[in-house]
Amino acid sequence: MRVRALETILTEKGLIDPAALDEIIDTYENRIGPRNGAHVVARAWSDPAFRTALLEDATAVVSELGYYGRQGEHMVAVENTDAVHNMVVCTLCSCYPWPLLGIPPGWYKSDAYRARAVREPRKVLADFGVTLPETTAVRVWDSTAEVRYLVIPQRPAGTEGMDEAALMDLVTRDSMIGTGLALNP
Amino acid sequence: MTRVHDMGGRFGDGAVVPEPETEVFHADWHPRALAVTLACGSLGQWNIDTSRHARERLAPKDYAAFSYYEKWMAGLADMLVEKGVLTPEELASGHAMGTSPLAERKMTADAVAGVLARGGPADRPAQIAPSFAAGDAVRTRRHAENAFVDGGHTRLPAYAAGAQGRIVRLHGHHVLPDAAAHGLGDRPEPLYAVAFPASELWARPEHPRDEVVLDLWQSYLEPAR
Repeated sequence: MRVRALETILTEKGLIDPAALDEIIDTYENRIGPRNGAHVVARAWSDPAFRTALLEDATAVVSELGYYGRQGEHMVAVENTDAVHNMVVCTLCSCYPWPLLGIPPGWYKSDAYRARAVREPRKVLADFGVTLPETTAVRVWDSTAEVRYLVIPQRPAGTEGMDEAALMDLVTRDSMIGTGLALNP
Repeated sequence: MTRVHDMGGRFGDGAVVPEPETEVFHADWHPRALAVTLACGSLGQWNIDTSRHARERLAPKDYAAFSYYEKWMAGLADMLVEKGVLTPEELASGHAMGTSPLAERKMTADAVAGVLARGGPADRPAQIAPSFAAGDAVRTRRHAENAFVDGGHTRLPAYAAGAQGRIVRLHGHHVLPDAAAHGLGDRPEPLYAVAFPASELWARPEHPRDEVVLDLWQSYLEPAR
């Protein structure tokens, strides 16, 4: 396997530390993932002042929650409404907000998603079982720079009395990319 | 000319296959490939634009055939040799011939959290005044090509070349990838989110009000009427 061979050479040359590799892997396998983003969304649903600040300057707001870092240096939050559904892609590579959502899923990096999301987002949404009303426009964000986008899905009906922790469970990873909707309670 | 990675709008790729949230990596060596790449980045021999370009300039038949992390490994090996960090002989033999003078920059386990938390911001102090404001009509370059290097790196996708859109917002001044990928400095420029009606980009848009928004540097844009 090529990666094993590279790791061996680089370790022998004194350029990488296998323990550091373990630490990087543990970070993205166990510590940083879509529950961070779900926390932000649930807070935005629950706290109007937080929502306003998030839409104004997402980088500052998520940094305060500790969600700043590699591939999340410049964050913008975009909010789904009855009028607009936002969806995020990176047609040129695989740009994705790591501190909030972790490592991108396989389909996000696939040729099919990268090729189709900009031309036929509604057919892509159908692959995820999502159908939008004709009255909703789709806005696809192609991440061509170092700005990373977080979709704030619509808060489901019937969640009025729920607290932040309970709301978090309704926020799926796909709903924050825009290929899914938040779960119904 | 376009490269194989510039696939936005392409036909023929089939269905998108959703997967569960718990599936982060799809083979044992994938997290290792990610970690080796990140660890090598801290040696300071290239930037994010260099490494994107290294993957993009794989031969089209390799780019299409390689899996995601195979592309990462191929791009990384090319950069390590080009920057003189490893020799072709070392790569071929699978063993190092002596230690590297860059060894003092090695990322240690206790440094990982700090490095990942600091990230690598792309914004820079302004050197050029913004030419556009939210709502302005703009047109992108006719060709999605690097202005400095023939066949070089650019972040204007071919599907949005020569298209008219409107400025949504100014993000600030960001490093210009077309320059940074080729060792030509940061050359920061105003970076804008620009919205294009789907009908401007595609012969058969799905819906008359759908839009695609791209982040584009000022030199990619000219005023439109």
